[in-house]
Order: sequence, then C-alpha cells, then structure tokens
Amino acid sequence: MTVVRHHALTAYAALALAYLMLPIAVVVLFSFNDPAGRFNYTWQGFTLDSWKNPFGVPGLEEAMWTSLEIAALAALAATALGTLIALALVRYRFRGRGSTNLLIFLPMSTPEVVMGASLLALFLNLGVARGFWTIFIAHVMFDISFVVVTVKARLVGFDRSLEEAAMDLGATPLVTFLRVTLPLIAPAILAGALIAFALSIDDFVITNFNAGQTVTFPIYVWGAARVGVPPQVNVIGTLIFVIALGVMLVNVLLQTRRQKGVA
Amino acid sequence: MGALLRRRGGIPYLLLGPGLGWLAVFFVVPMYYLAYTSLQTGDLFAGFRFAWEWTNYGDAIATYHEQFIRSLEYAGLATAIAFAVSYPLAYWIAFRGGRWKNVLLLLVIAPFFVTYLIRTLAWQTILSDSGPVVGILRDLGVVGADGRLLATSTAVVAGITYNFLPFMALPLYVSLEQIDKRLVEAAQDLYASKFQAFLRVTLPLSAPGIFAGTLLTFIPAAGDFINARLLGTPEQFMIGNVIQSKFLVVLDYPGAAALSFVLMASILVLVAAYARALGTERLTG
Repeated sequence: MTVVRHHALTAYAALALAYLMLPIAVVVLFSFNDPAGRFNYTWQGFTLDSWKNPFGVPGLEEAMWTSLEIAALAALAATALGTLIALALVRYRFRGRGSTNLLIFLPMSTPEVVMGASLLALFLNLGVARGFWTIFIAHVMFDISFVVVTVKARLVGFDRSLEEAAMDLGATPLVTFLRVTLPLIAPAILAGALIAFALSIDDFVITNFNAGQTVTFPIYVWGAARVGVPPQVNVIGTLIFVIALGVMLVNVLLQTRRQKGVA
Repeated sequence: MGALLRRRGGIPYLLLGPGLGWLAVFFVVPMYYLAYTSLQTGDLFAGFRFAWEWTNYGDAIATYHEQFIRSLEYAGLATAIAFAVSYPLAYWIAFRGGRWKNVLLLLVIAPFFVTYLIRTLAWQTILSDSGPVVGILRDLGVVGADGRLLATSTAVVAGITYNFLPFMALPLYVSLEQIDKRLVEAAQDLYASKFQAFLRVTLPLSAPGIFAGTLLTFIPAAGDFINARLLGTPEQFMIGNVIQSKFLVVLDYPGAAALSFVLMASILVLVAAYARALGTERLTG
C-alpha cells in the first residue's frame, strides 16, 4: 500500500511536469512546421525554412531589436536603482523602512492592467506622447521591485568581516566598496539584472498601454495573432527559451558546485 | 565626529532616493491620475474635464458586473486548480527531489522562459478543433462529435491556470522545503499515521507558501485579458478585456479608469478577507 502511494505521488508529479512542458514542446515543434495557409495550427510537414530565415517576415526583426534595446536599457537602469535600495535595506537601520518595503511590494501585487492603465492616465493627462521612452519608463518601474527582492536575498548572507578587514588594512570606504564589496555582490547584481531583462522582454500588458506606435516583440506577436502567426515567431520563441534555460542552467550548476565546495 | 555620524545617517536615504523616486513618480503618481481620470466627464472630441463624475463608477458596475464576476470566478477557479496541481508537485520536489531539486525547480519555471503570448498561442494549437485533445475527448465521448474546447470558458481557465502556475508552485516549494523533516518523524513516532502527520504538521507549516502562492496566482489572474482574448470569445471576456478596449480602442478614458479602480478595490477587499480568514484560522488551530 505504501509502495503504491509512494509511486502514485511520483506519477502525479511526473504528469504535472509533463503538463508544464507540453506547450513548450508545441512551440518548438511548430517552429519546424511548413504551414499551408496563414495559420500555423495544424502540422503540415517538416521544414527548416523558418530557421534558415528567422526574420523572413516583415517587421519581426525590427520589433526584436526594439525589445532587446528596451530590455537592456531598462535592466541597466532598474539594476542600478534596485541594487542601491537593496543595499540600504540590508545594511542600514533607518526610519521609513516599513513604507519602503510597502512601496517595493505594491507593484508586484498590483494587476498589470491597472499599472498599465494608470501610467497611461499619467501620460494622457500630461500630454506625453507614447513611444520608446514611455515603454522604458514603465519597464524600469516594474523591474525595480524584482531587482530589490533578488539582490536583497543574496546580500543577507554577506560576510561583513571581509570589509572590516579591508578597512583595518587602511582601505578607504570607497576603495573597500569597489575592491571588496562590489566583486562579492556581483553575482547578486547579475541575477537581478537577468530577471529585469527577462521581465522586460516578456512584458505585453503594460507595454500595450504605453507603446504608442512602437512595436516590441510581444506587441508584434499580439498583432500577428489576429491574422495568423508565422512559424518564425516560434523560432524566436524557441531561441529565447533556449538562451534563458542555458543561462539558468549555468547558474544552477555554479550554485551546486559552490555548495559542494563549502561542504 | 558628530558631523560624520550625521552624514552616515543620511546614506540610506541617498541610496533609496533614486529608486523610490522612480516608483513614486511612475507608480504612485499615476494612481492619482487614474483616480483623477475616473472622475472626468466629456468625450474624445470635446475633450475630457474633471467634474467629480461619480456616476462613472455606478455605470461601470451596472454595465460590466458580468465581466467582473466572471473575472473573479475564472481567477478563483484557476487558483484552485493551480494549487491542486502544484502542491503534490512541490511536495514531491521538496521531499523526494534529492540532488535533482534545483534542476526540477528549473523545469517548473521553464514556462516563464517562453514568451507569455507564445505559450498562450501554443494552447490555441493544443486545444484547437483539429487538435489531439479534442480528438481524444470526442472518441471517449466526453464531448459530442462537434464538441470543442477552444473558444470556451474551459480553454480560458486552462490557459490562465497554466500561465500563472509557477507563481503557485514556487512559494509552495519554498515553504515545504523549509520544514524540518524531524517534526514529521516526531509526529509519526507519536503514532500519527502518515496522513495525520501530513494534515496536522506538514500542511499547517506550509501555510505561508499557500498564502503567498494563492495571492501571486489570483491577483494577476483576475486582471488578465490575454487568455480570454486568445483562447475565448467575447462571451468569455473578463474585466481586463473591457479596460483594455476602453483605454485603447473605444477611448472612453474615464470609464476605463473607473473600472480599473473597481478591479483594484475588489482585489484588495478579497485579499484582506483572505488574510484575515487564514490568520484567525492559524490562531485558533
């Protein structure tokens, strides 16, 4: 009986994982499809055409570059702003800590549609034209909280005695920060930046409200969904998936190795 | 020395300033403008002006209560299904994952690496009339010969469940992973059956994860409009669809802003009620 129950749980977990993987498999599979008409719904036959020519549909390449540019800029800005907040929260006692935490938490627990709508209300009332920079502003806004949470989690276990040692050896606070603190917290900052980049490149809802005529990759896909999504979109989707998975795998492996080194 | 201390006291505010400033200007201030817009009157051609137009709220609720209730229903249903799928999975990874834990966790969040819209479009393919799922269900007689999944509420709820499931699974895993396994063993030593030990020890200890996971799934689900748009028809449209179309297509800004506020208020009320229910339960239990 226990044996059955033991395996029942494993089987259930395996099924749940299979369910999570199924749409990913479909995305990858249909990047090799050779659709008969405009709609890439049913399997017609294997072809490498879309892979040989991933930007073979008008507008896709431009949208992808816009997305990458916004994601890079937004990640850079949000990582700088978020890391400073995380440093303040982990290392200093100050009045207003509660309200700071609340302000960090609120954007993560507000529906995206409300954030998108409220930013649009701001831009409309102030007469700001929507485009590249309003998307950038919006992305930095929702990225900050995730950077703070990510960097903070990794800063908590930081060994302060290394900094004290540097100071004892005559390093000024600035030199200590640049030569000791920064290299040690670099992995935390990088993790925050990667999350910000990923969130930015994936965002549709808030971007949809504040994009004006600017087309990012998700906006392109949304537009294409009405008239038939070309298999090239699946190619780009697969590429993004593989790159993100690769980065995460390296991260996990490094972590595992570090844990082994400690033990 | 005194000057130095005072300067040190200012450092945290210097660090916080830029980031919190950004959030203040582009998160808090916009909420004010959303409220301001929701009380405006007029139309696109004559222009909108502020007029304490409270009727926008009454009209919004009167006209769109159906989409409101549907949003809360779909979000609640999707949250419940996500919980049912995630809890055993998270439990299995936390207690049986061994050295594969990190890799298994990576598989759980893998859907996030596929662009939101693209993974939702994949469900369009899977659930389509000529797709494998409908075929099997027709053969089994679960749906009629012309039965379909795409463009039904089942498809929309399935899409929402899938898209936000990692938000449920991750906090559940974190709270289950932190449980001291010796507590479960102690319960069994004291003659609790495996099931009793789970019910009286493991489940209550994972309550923080259940709380966080439920909120992280329910809140974005209630505001979603992508799944209803791509997997449903206007019959399945949620309040997010109405807000989106009013802001970007119909250009009825005051109505859209009022709807956004009602959505946020109803979510806040539900979350507060939920926090209270779970809190008192833990106090008495």
